[in-house]
Parts: sequence; C-alpha cells; structure tokens
Amino acid sequence: MSPVVEVSGLTKRFGNLNAVDDVSFAVEENTIYGLLGRNGAGKTTLMQLLTGQDFATRGQIRVFGESPVEAARVLQNLCFIKESQKYPDEFMVKHVLKSAPWFFRNWDADFAERLVQDFRLPTDRRIKKLSRGQLSSVGVIVGLASRAPLTFFDEPYLGLDAVARQIFYDRLLEDYTQHPRTVILSTHLIDEVSNLLEHVLVIDEGRIIIDQNAEDLRMSATTVVGPRGAVDSFVASHSVVHREGVGGLASVTVEALSPAARQKATAAGLELSPVSLQQLIVRKTDTSTTEFEQSA
Amino acid sequence: MEEGRPIFHQIAERIENDIISGSLPEEAQVPSTNEFATFYRINPATAAKGVNLLVDAGILYKKRGIGMFVNEGSREIILKGRRKQFEADYVRPLVLEARKLGIPESQLAEMISAITKEDIA
Repeated sequence: MSPVVEVSGLTKRFGNLNAVDDVSFAVEENTIYGLLGRNGAGKTTLMQLLTGQDFATRGQIRVFGESPVEAARVLQNLCFIKESQKYPDEFMVKHVLKSAPWFFRNWDADFAERLVQDFRLPTDRRIKKLSRGQLSSVGVIVGLASRAPLTFFDEPYLGLDAVARQIFYDRLLEDYTQHPRTVILSTHLIDEVSNLLEHVLVIDEGRIIIDQNAEDLRMSATTVVGPRGAVDSFVASHSVVHREGVGGLASVTVEALSPAARQKATAAGLELSPVSLQQLIVRKTDTSTTEFEQSA
Repeated sequence: MEEGRPIFHQIAERIENDIISGSLPEEAQVPSTNEFATFYRINPATAAKGVNLLVDAGILYKKRGIGMFVNEGSREIILKGRRKQFEADYVRPLVLEARKLGIPESQLAEMISAITKEDIA
C-alpha cells in the first residue's frame, strides 16, 4: 500500500504559537483514521493544511504525491467536511446536492438521495433555516456521497442526535466496505467511533503523540487497582501512564502487561481492568494527576 | 463488543461460539469479513484480523473466490482449547473471589454440587 498523505517536518505558526509543531506522519490508502485530540490541539489546522486551504510555515506535505495547494488534480479527489460549512445565502438543500457533482467526480446522486431520506432532510428548505443538526447532516451526506478517495470529517455531527449519528456510522461503514477509500475522522466522541477506526493519530499541543494501529493501542495499557502499598510495589517495575488515588486506594494505568505479570498482580490481590481507547487518550493527553490523600 | 478487549479476539471468539453451539456446522460457509464488519459495526480490517486468527489455527479455511468455511474437526479443536483455558478463566477467579469473601472450600464445593443438581432436575 502506498501512502495517500506524506507529511514531514510540518509546522504552522500563528504569532508565537505553533498550532502544528514539526509533525511527520503518513496516511495509508483505504484506511479509516481517527484524528483525535483536545480542543485547540491543532486538529483543524492540520486538516486545513492537508487540504490546501492554508499555507504551511515550514515542512512538506504530499497528498497523492503532490502539494495540495492550488492543485486541481489533488483537490478533486479530496472532500473536507467542516464543522461549520458556509453556503451561499439563497442556497436550499437541493442546490447543495445539485452542485456537488461539479466538485466531486465520484458523486453518487442515488446514494445522496437515500441518505436524505435516512436523515429526513427537507430538500426544499433554505440552508439558513436548517437546525444545527440538519446542517450537520447536509455535511455528512456530502461527505459520504462524494466518495472522495480522501475524505476528511472535522467534528461532522454538532447537534446531530444519537439516531442520526448511528445512521452516519452505519452508512459510512457499509459504503466503505463497498467503496474502500481513505477517511480521516476528527472527533471528541472517541467511544462512539473507536470500533470503526483502523488507525489512530492523537495530536496534543501541535504534536502527534500517538500514531498507532487502533487494536494495538487498545491492548497497550491496563489499569491496576488496589491498596496503595501493593499497587506501588507492583507498578515500580512497569511504565506508568497515569496515576490516581483516593485514601489508601490507588489506581494506576501501566503499559501492556505480560501474562506472567498479570498473574502476579492477581495473586497479589490487585484488580486489573482494561482501558478503553477514550480513557487511554484522556490519560495520555491529561498531564494532571488526581490525588485525594489529604482529604481521606 | 466489549470495551477494552481486542475486538479481533472477540470476533474470533463469537465465531468459535457459533461453531460450538452448532449454528455454524462443519463445512458451513462463514459470513464474509464485510458482513461481520457491518453487523458488529467494526472496521473491516479488524474483522479480517479476527477471521484470519481462525484460519491460522486451522479452524476456518478459504476457498478462493468463494469464501470462508468451517474446517472438519474444528469443533473438537475449539473445545479442547477452551477446556484448557477453563481453569485460568473461570475456576481461578472463582476461588480467589471465594477466598476474598471468606467462603470456605467445603462450602464452595457444596454450592457447585447444588447448582449442578439443580440443572439436572
């Protein structure tokens, strides 16, 4: 498989803030990526750079082997669904759907029509008059029906209810199995999407801190819970990701344990619990520790 | 799918369970990777990893261009493996929990035999 996106030493500076800070990574073809991180971590800036909508301060970007800036050949294979897409004032939903094939060569009008039914979207309504959730579903429909070889969804579901979000995940997965493509999904709802992802990129303060297969990442940590003394002596020989505690109880997240280590922990009366992708990412991007010993 | 456990293991386990229960008999065709992916709402690459685990173990085999099938003798292989795991997965946690609660061994044995009789009756 050849990389669809190759980035090296990429930096974007705003004043004296490095929004994207010397980042290097590659995106493989026909893979669903999660681009995760806290507010202001640099997710949107990174996607704007990758889609040629902003200029890099330093570094190199190759999308389908070329720089994306002003490159028609690259841009017609891209679809970028933003959190708040702007449309011309008089546009109705049907105008958006009608003009989409001008920008996306793989546009599937029948698929778009089915999605409009699924999301119960009124096509004769002005975009301006749509609710926040309906506006998000317009973005989701365009993103799916464009079938662009490289599709970006940046927090596509502001205001979407749980049913609509599930429809989005299901249609994305179904259509992806029929028409494989590269999807980069940026979201805060990590638990909801974690099973859809094949690869995870986590950005924190402008830097990529995790670039890993989602399944490997899921197996990369365990939480050890028990009396403080016992936990401390057990984790002394392991690499600690996060630590919290209350009174005499400690809960420490450590990197992957061998079967022998697991047995040793259980024998010492410690409880082992799995760490979800969301918990793991929260722990890796939250540097504060929570200790309540004084209050006990 | 449960959080925290590798999803491909869970997929492999569910296929194994279907083979043990007989809902996937030997020589039956197994759903495709894409069918598993959409049904369980997981990434197709993950589903494929789970299926391949069983192919490597000789439980499933591929017929080129047709699909995936349950190998002859698979059920026995799975049962053998599961019986080996039984002590570590079920008996050990049971004994540890009983010890934590102060349930003596004799009482634990009584409980087990009572439940066993209940099921027969």
